[in-house]
Amino acid sequence: MDDFIIRAMLAGIGLALVSGPLGCFVVWRRMAYFGDTMAHSALLGVALAFLLNINLMLGVLAVTVTVSICLLILQKRGSLSTDALLGLLSHSALALGMVLIAFMSDLRFDLLSLLFGDILSVGNADVIAIYACAAVILGLMYFLWRPLLASTVNRELAEAEGFNPDLTQLIFMVMMAAIIAIAMKIVGVLLITALLIIPAATARWFAKTPEQMAVASAIIGIASVILGLEGSLQFDSASGPSIVVASLCIFLLSLFASRLINGVLAKDKGQ
Amino acid sequence: MQLIEMDGVGIKRQGRWLIQNVSLNVKSGEIVTLIGPNGAGKSTTAKTALGVLKADVGTIKRKPDLTVGYVPQKLAIDWTMPLTVRRLMSLTAKPTAAEIEAVLEKTGIPHLINSNVQQLSGGEYQRALLARAILRRPDLLVLDEPVQGVDYSGEIALYNLILKIREELNCGILLISHDLHVVMAQTDTVVCLNGHVCCSGAPEHVAASDAYKQMFGDAASQSLAIYHHHHDHSHKADGTIVPSKGDSGDCCNHG
Repeated sequence: MDDFIIRAMLAGIGLALVSGPLGCFVVWRRMAYFGDTMAHSALLGVALAFLLNINLMLGVLAVTVTVSICLLILQKRGSLSTDALLGLLSHSALALGMVLIAFMSDLRFDLLSLLFGDILSVGNADVIAIYACAAVILGLMYFLWRPLLASTVNRELAEAEGFNPDLTQLIFMVMMAAIIAIAMKIVGVLLITALLIIPAATARWFAKTPEQMAVASAIIGIASVILGLEGSLQFDSASGPSIVVASLCIFLLSLFASRLINGVLAKDKGQ
Repeated sequence: MQLIEMDGVGIKRQGRWLIQNVSLNVKSGEIVTLIGPNGAGKSTTAKTALGVLKADVGTIKRKPDLTVGYVPQKLAIDWTMPLTVRRLMSLTAKPTAAEIEAVLEKTGIPHLINSNVQQLSGGEYQRALLARAILRRPDLLVLDEPVQGVDYSGEIALYNLILKIREELNCGILLISHDLHVVMAQTDTVVCLNGHVCCSGAPEHVAASDAYKQMFGDAASQSLAIYHHHHDHSHKADGTIVPSKGDSGDCCNHG
C-alpha cells in the first residue's frame, strides 16, 4: 500500500475511535443538529485561520468553541427556541466564513475538499495531531464517563447526587468542537454529523448497555472507514462521502439483520 | 440529626414567584410529606432543598457531606440509550454485583435485572428507580411522586417498602405526593403547599385545619380518615377529624 493510503487509514481509524463513543452522546442527547451547527461554523474557522495565518485545526476549534458558548448564553436568555438559535448560528457562521474567504482574493482555495474532506492529503503531522486529540478526548471520556452518562440520563438527578452537569456539558461541547476540527479533513464539514450518528445508530441494534453501544459504535466507525476508503480507491469516488456511504450500508444491513433476528425470536416465543 | 433546614425560601422566575416563604426541616428517620395542588411548587421545593435550583431569598442549610438519593418526578430514558436495570443501578454510584442483587430483591424486582428499563411497567420502573436511589445508602431520600403510574394495591406495597427502607437506613425522607390517603397515616410531618406553606405539622393536625379543607374540600379529610390506622383522634358525625390533644403544628388561614 502507498504511504498516503496508510496515513489516510490511520487518520480515519483515529477519528472513528472518538466519533463512535461521542456520537452515542449526540444521539442520546438529541444533539444531531448541534453537531451540524458546529460543523458549519467550522468554515468560518478555516477562513479566520487563513486570515490570521494560524493552524487550521486551531482556527476551527476556536470558532466552534465560541459558537457553542454563544449557544449556551442565548439559551439561558430563552428568547428563541433552541432549533431557531442553532439555525441562526449555523448559517450566520457559514455565511460569514464564505464572505471572508471571498475577501482573500489571492487565496487559492479548494472549497470542495473542505466540504467533503480530503483524506488522501492527510500528512504525518495531521495523523499525529489526530491521535493526540483522540487520546485526550478518550481519556476525558474515560474519567468523566459516569458524570457524562448520569447527566445525559437526567441532569437534575446528576446534580442532586453530587455531579456538576454544567461543567460536564461544557467539557462535552469542547470535545465536540475538537472532533469537528479533526474530522474536517477526513470527511469534510458537511458529513461530520453522519460519522457521529450513523455508527451510533447502528450500534443501538446490538447493545444492551451504554458502554457496549459506545464500543460497538467505534468498531462500526472503523469498519466504515476501511470499507469506504477501499471503495473510494476501487471506484475512484470521493473518500469522505465513500466512508459515509459505507457506514450507511452497514446501518441498512444491520437493520435488516436485527429485523430478521427479532422476527425469529418472536416466532420462537409464539410457538 | 437535622439533614435539611429551609427557612423562608423563595424562588422567582420571569417575575413570578414559584414558591415563597417556604420553611421546612427534614431529620434523620423522619418522613416529611409535601402535598398541594398541581403547580403548588412541590417539585420546585424539593429541587431547591436538593440544591438543583438556587433560592433567590431565604437560607438553606444542608448537613455537610449529605448523601442524597433522588427519584425525580419525570425520568424518561430515551429509547436510543440501551439501559438494563442492572446498569441503571450504577448510574451515579459504584455498587457491587451482590449489592445490586440484594437491593432488587428488597424492592421485589430481582427477576428484572437484565430487562431494558424502557420495557418496564409503571410500577416496576418506580421500584427500579427506588432501588437505584437507596443503593447509595442515602442520608436523605427525595421521592417525587413515587407511586405515579402504579395501581392501588401496588401503591400500598410501595409505601410499605418506603417505610421499610426508612427503618433499615434510618434516612430522612422527603416525599412528594398528590395523593393523601396512605401517606398521611405514616408520615411524621405534612407540609401543605400552595405557592407558600399554608399549613404544616402532624398529619392529623393538617387534615383538621381550615386551610387544608379549603384547598381540598371536606371529602379529602373524610377519605383520609378511612385509611388512617393510628387512632389517636376521633371523628365528628360528618366524618371530619378531631385531632388528639397535644398535637402540634402551624397553620395560616386562607383569606
